[in-house]
Amino acid sequence: MRRTVAVVGASLAGLSAARALRAQCYDGRIVVIGDEAHAPYDRPPLSKEFLAGRASLADIALGTPDDTDLDVEWRLGTTAVGLDHLDRSVRLADGSEVRADGVVLATGARARRLSGSEGLRGVHVLRSLDDAVALREDLATAAHLVVIGAGFIGAEVASTARTLGLEVTVVETQPVPLAGPLGADMGAVCAQLHADHGTRLLVGSGVAGLVGTGRVEAVELTDGTRLPADVVVVGIGATPNVEWLADSGVALGNGVLTDARCATSIPGVVAVGDCAAAWSTSRERHVRVEHWTHALEQPATAVATLLGTDRPAPTPVPYFWSDQYGARIQFAGSRREDDEVRVLEGSRADRSFLAVYERHGDPVAVLGVDQPRLFTRWRRQLRTAVLTHS
Amino acid sequence: MLLRYQRSVAVSATYPPGAPMIPVCPTTALPPGEAIRVEATEPIAVFNVDGDFYAIDDTCTHQDASLADGWLDGCAVECPLHASCFDLRTGKVSGPPAKTPVRTHRVVVQDGTVYVQPGTAADGAA
Repeated sequence: MRRTVAVVGASLAGLSAARALRAQCYDGRIVVIGDEAHAPYDRPPLSKEFLAGRASLADIALGTPDDTDLDVEWRLGTTAVGLDHLDRSVRLADGSEVRADGVVLATGARARRLSGSEGLRGVHVLRSLDDAVALREDLATAAHLVVIGAGFIGAEVASTARTLGLEVTVVETQPVPLAGPLGADMGAVCAQLHADHGTRLLVGSGVAGLVGTGRVEAVELTDGTRLPADVVVVGIGATPNVEWLADSGVALGNGVLTDARCATSIPGVVAVGDCAAAWSTSRERHVRVEHWTHALEQPATAVATLLGTDRPAPTPVPYFWSDQYGARIQFAGSRREDDEVRVLEGSRADRSFLAVYERHGDPVAVLGVDQPRLFTRWRRQLRTAVLTHS
Repeated sequence: MLLRYQRSVAVSATYPPGAPMIPVCPTTALPPGEAIRVEATEPIAVFNVDGDFYAIDDTCTHQDASLADGWLDGCAVECPLHASCFDLRTGKVSGPPAKTPVRTHRVVVQDGTVYVQPGTAADGAA
């Protein structure tokens, strides 16, 4: 009998899993289930070119002509609602089910919302294509945008809105934006991009609630300040889409728990991308990674685990980037709080520099702002160092 | 620890098809494993792969990034931003997320100087 692999999730990680299955010579049936009606598309442009109207749906489609050779059965616009661990059946919202020999869980994550914002027009999150279309329409007639959260999504939306001519205020609870991914020092440097481009940044500011009936009118801070707003974008992180697995027997924590090779607690079921928390031997805990490159590369490992073939090593050096106000921010490696940061090239004042994070004198991570060439070489160097030591 | 690279050469003229050759740099200025960006209306990247020279459009077809800043691995260049890969010989995409190939351009080495002929595809290119 012909084998079946069900891939649940049709974004970058799901598509990469289908590609990896064929690349690793799997010749059975592949069914990819996606809850959005759209064919796989790229999310990073949603806060940038697509939001600004400079990229079309065709531009951000992930599929290539070669992908037709994948011979995938697409079940789009269909939500998976359950997984039976005995026969690995994926139950769908329409009552049908897909019985599979192997299952790849790639259901991603959804944007966290602000409680009390339900039903209030003008309040947006940005995760999906439909989110971006709705936000783009709303921004077209708006004058004042308030962004809640100065992480990458928030900063990119603020940057794009400035190019569209809006007055923008960004509100951040933490004293320093991006301190989590970049550290306080470098987070502060990157946060200065806001002021450079006329965006007001309020740090250490809690949001008490949204003001308005029917449509949002203002954001009220915990100190009583009211920020007038035609549109509010909430960028306060994401929650993994794993609730549908609650009764499946798959071990869950902050996402689907897997070993370092993407295997879940159920044989024949692997998990990848934003919904998965894989065991990290170096950090001795499960780590859920939401980076694009991770979703691109990790499925090769998961598929090898599923097929029981030679297992390519997981990506040794994490990488992410952000484009804000025309500046290209790139980061690679693993940063810890007590690492020392040294600027090797350029200067913070010019917003063009390369900084290396060092632990006991050894480079462990690198940050580049508008330094793609140097950054690429450092990223490679880190990768070589990791492969040599592992 | 790191070499300093000459980032680019500037060419004032734009290039119609069949345009004359543009001097890029002395061969000694572009050692193996290195790339140089030729500034023009549509910039070109010239690479030295173990003594063989290749030229392709410099801008990645996926998103705005300079391939001359990318990483050379044999005859493939990896975009410095999102890791799209292109074959320098054919311009074809050899790794996603890019979907569209880059154009190749003919390279000639004469009297120790690297020239590029914009608009003329390299031999063997798609």
